[in-house]
Amino acid sequence: MKVYINGSIKEFKAKKISPEELIIQLNLNGKRFAIERNGEIISKNSFDEIYINDGDKIEIIGAVGGG
Amino acid sequence: MVDRNLNTNDKLIIAGRSFQSRLLIGTGKYNNFEETRAAINASESEIVTVAIRRINLGQSPNEPSLLEFLPSNEFTYLPNTAGCFSADEAIRTLRLARELLDGHNLVKLEVLGDPETLFPNVVETINAAKILVKDGFDVMVYTSDDPIIAKQLEDIGCCAIMPLASLIGSGMGILNPWNLEIIIDKANVPVIVDAGVGTASDASIAMELGCDGVLMNTAIALAKNPILMASAMKKAIESGREAFLAGRMDKKHYSASPSSPAKGLIK
Repeated sequence: MKVYINGSIKEFKAKKISPEELIIQLNLNGKRFAIERNGEIISKNSFDEIYINDGDKIEIIGAVGGG
Repeated sequence: MVDRNLNTNDKLIIAGRSFQSRLLIGTGKYNNFEETRAAINASESEIVTVAIRRINLGQSPNEPSLLEFLPSNEFTYLPNTAGCFSADEAIRTLRLARELLDGHNLVKLEVLGDPETLFPNVVETINAAKILVKDGFDVMVYTSDDPIIAKQLEDIGCCAIMPLASLIGSGMGILNPWNLEIIIDKANVPVIVDAGVGTASDASIAMELGCDGVLMNTAIALAKNPILMASAMKKAIESGREAFLAGRMDKKHYSASPSSPAKGLIK
């Protein structure tokens, strides 16, 4: 399946993937982030209730320097 | 007895949170996180703004992040909506920020109207503020120095009004002290000058006018020596605040008054 992550296409062998698995694959475990699927925030306590599917648009954000 | 101990008794209260420092600092435009941290230490600021952006997916897992340099047990984060040009973008950004920061709801709303001047779009700002306040956010709001808009934002429920002194990143200083004075006079929530401060005297002027605080980024980050400027800003904020509380003498344009006795002159 193909998933859009932060504007770039990423391919996965699986047909669906949990948010947790996605975070591990992207080397982001242990980092502070928030994640959105198709415009809806996936809260951390609903990580095991939701799957990311083919064509989904994912945004993963963090904090950077700004004024 | 005169209260000389302002440092312990004079606090900035925003949405029930209490702060010793009236200097709020942005974390952008520094050369690296070490410099950011050193400047913030020198400023003794407690509130630090952060921007919300897509995570760089190519980075190495061990690469440090801004939040690791500014831990949440030492600082109050103020996530902003810099770069947002519509209410929808700003609301989306701050909801993500709240998720990122484990429910932290104190935020800085700014909705820009023009990429060249970064003037705020006050219509979109008001629209966003209404929704964010209803959604449980404590909204500190960047706005123009229009007293009517400032009052409307307060009436919506914003917890601090943050008028510009001059354009973001311009360093032009306090261009319209008269408008700021009207905003301060009318406000029942903290008024914090946000944007435009260029050097320490600008920060002092804002505080002498009666502002409750000043938020700045570029004036420190783009100084030749940011850490020294951060220290200067801390002192400027404190001296301006003390001067405001002390109550300045009346200005006398046409009648000078000698400071030394008129009697006993040697003739």
